[in-house]
Amino acid sequence: MVDVRFDTIAGIPPAEVGEVDLYHPRSWWTRYVFSQDAKVIAVQYSITAMAIGMVALVLSWLMRLQLGFPGTFSFIDANQYLQFITMHGMIMVIYLLTALFLGGFGNYLIPLMVGARDMVFPYVNMLSYWVYLLAVLVLASTFFVPGGPTGAGWTLYPPQAILSGTPGQDGGIILMLASLILFIIGFTMGGLNYVVTVLQARTRGMTLMRMPLTVWGIFTATVMALLAFPALFVASVMLLFDRLLGTSFFMPTLVEMGELTKYGGGSPILFQHLFWFFGHPEVYIVALPAFGIISDLISTHARKNIFGYRMMVWAIVAIGALSFIVWAHHMYVSGMHPYFGFFFATTTLIIAIPTAIKVYNWVLTLWRGDIHLTIPMLFALAFIITFVNGGLTGLFLGNVVVDVPLSDTMFVVAHFHMVMGIAPIMAVFGGIYHWYPKVTGRMLNEALGQFHFWVTFLGAYAVFFPMHYLGLLGMPRRYHDIGETAFIPASAHDLNAFMSVAALIVGFAQLVFIFNLIWSLFKGREAGGNPWRATSLEWQTPETPPGHGNWGKELPIVYRWAYDYSVPGAARDFIPQNEPPAKLSAQGAHP
Amino acid sequence: MSAIILFMAGIAAIVGWWLSQQRLTAKPWLEEGVIVDLREERSSPQAAKIGLGVFLAVVGSLFALFISAYSMRMTMVDWRTLPVPPLLWFNTGVLVLSSVALQWAYIAARRDDIDGVILGLLAGGASAVTFLVGQLMAWRELSVAGYFVASNPANSFFYLITAAHGLHLMGGLVALGRTIGKVWRGVEVAQVRVSVELCAIYWHFLLLVWLVLLGMLTGWTDNFVDICRQLLS
Repeated sequence: MVDVRFDTIAGIPPAEVGEVDLYHPRSWWTRYVFSQDAKVIAVQYSITAMAIGMVALVLSWLMRLQLGFPGTFSFIDANQYLQFITMHGMIMVIYLLTALFLGGFGNYLIPLMVGARDMVFPYVNMLSYWVYLLAVLVLASTFFVPGGPTGAGWTLYPPQAILSGTPGQDGGIILMLASLILFIIGFTMGGLNYVVTVLQARTRGMTLMRMPLTVWGIFTATVMALLAFPALFVASVMLLFDRLLGTSFFMPTLVEMGELTKYGGGSPILFQHLFWFFGHPEVYIVALPAFGIISDLISTHARKNIFGYRMMVWAIVAIGALSFIVWAHHMYVSGMHPYFGFFFATTTLIIAIPTAIKVYNWVLTLWRGDIHLTIPMLFALAFIITFVNGGLTGLFLGNVVVDVPLSDTMFVVAHFHMVMGIAPIMAVFGGIYHWYPKVTGRMLNEALGQFHFWVTFLGAYAVFFPMHYLGLLGMPRRYHDIGETAFIPASAHDLNAFMSVAALIVGFAQLVFIFNLIWSLFKGREAGGNPWRATSLEWQTPETPPGHGNWGKELPIVYRWAYDYSVPGAARDFIPQNEPPAKLSAQGAHP
Repeated sequence: MSAIILFMAGIAAIVGWWLSQQRLTAKPWLEEGVIVDLREERSSPQAAKIGLGVFLAVVGSLFALFISAYSMRMTMVDWRTLPVPPLLWFNTGVLVLSSVALQWAYIAARRDDIDGVILGLLAGGASAVTFLVGQLMAWRELSVAGYFVASNPANSFFYLITAAHGLHLMGGLVALGRTIGKVWRGVEVAQVRVSVELCAIYWHFLLLVWLVLLGMLTGWTDNFVDICRQLLS
């Protein structure tokens, strides 16, 4: 079986690559700054995303301070509060999570996991990062323009987004829209790379059904993002036209400050359709890579093959397809036809089926596994719990009759923070603890990791569990100060104070994490090539961190799927994907 | 949103067809050893071509969304359809010529006919530039006649959509310019064949997009849009 001749096959990357074919950095600048190596680009993406993410974290502190102790902090007024929520939401969803999962994990893991030397279009890949960085800088610059950043809420709904009552009407909203447009252009460049690399640059024997689920998740999410981001692009361009050129795509006839505006006849609902046509797939653009990463973490750290691999792949594809026909469940209160609402409620509930399949399969993978409670595993378990939690409240909100009273309350905030805030960030942390040894060659500190995990996990629940209750009480979101309201008891204010303290502590734990990332880079324990005894290809590189061209002289050949853990009769409890079967039979086991 | 839903259904059909050929029913846990890789059975197209294909899907979805927004906005009461400048017909003809010229360049490249390639590329580039100039003149005509970008949503959409199409064509001209540069420097035909082919595909795609947009902007497809709207509502 092993002696198949490969050299005549077209369409598969050659095993040996001439030195000229590879991108060669010629100087320090092209090696570390303007690098075309996907691994360096991945690290650049990750650091940029985490840096801007820290800004969003500080914003969440400021919001919680205001909510927990209203009136105490004179430097937070109502306008600033709106600016904080807007920037926090936008940064976290787009500039942190999307960029980190696809630009960070995608760039690092896709070439290594499919056995490629690099992305197929390295130059475009480099451009993608620099356009992303520009988008981040434009976004950050809105903090310094007159009027400050926009306070339109992360959904940027017109007409209020561009009217003078909303903070940041001068420069803030214009730069925000420009930044989004840049982000989408940059992402499209990167996304083309991820898709074509998966399609085209897989090594010999790496069939689609042998790819680790992480690659499946990132691949499907990228395809979705490529098709969904144009909707945000169109919405941003049209809103920019309305703001700058005075067109009326979205702007209805309205009176502002006692005067009739120049606008007339436009449809705010049109913006909502466009925004959510992007916005709902965005949830799964963030969730699918997390699903994939979690599958791999659970399988590796429970030393068991993933349960129902085929179902996992099908579920990923099904979720990707279904997520394009559920967008209007964000718009139940926009005055749409009730039948329209029920159609979208139905599709929303249908999407729960493939999602539930995934959750069952994770649990069944854990069942009777040899569970190692390493830090990545702890984060993976936390992900499953949190995702189920957020998913269940999603069933509430997916139904029109339940959603209408809960709309625009803290319940919604609690729901989406659970399902697309905490859960994906758990996957991010798990992934970083898991792959950091491959990126740097050193392990992250275990004690600091334990501290980080427990404070983050328990703290996040201390913040967001009570928030459901506040939402059920009827506490509205986006309010700077609730004030004296009959239906909100005094105890709710105490609860708010408690949540704020918890949020401060969780934020502090992230600083410990950042410290750990830097400290371990120099002082961490040497990891070796494969510290988790994992099967997938990225752990089989000849060097750690992987060197130029990833694989040394010859590309690996893949003989099996990525989940051969605890195979009966095998010498070790894992068999790497590139280990030929002959070796096994030589050791006396059946192939 | 019917246009984008139709477009997505088309993409889903292509993806579904492709997935159906990928042995997604395989049981990888039972298949140890070297197994037949599907890519071995037929020669698969080059990475650049697949990359262009994916990019066209992205651009297609962009224009489908513009069309969706257009068809939703045009039902509002303040919509006043704008007169189509006759110049657009000339521009359309020029764009068709441009596409034909690039197709000719591609055929010449397959026959290793370097002169034909140069001629085709230059003719294609020149007519594309003519098209863009023509579009700008159409804009001028309209604004002279008082149809400004903000005076009616129909005008806004006209300027927005023609600008988006023009920008994509300008991006294509950059790629075309690089290809012409390569040929100019005396590179062998075999080395530019793929570039010429990619340019030709992109041009045909933009021509198709333009014809659809033109149909929409001139109101030819109104009946069709109405039918779609009735089907979906």
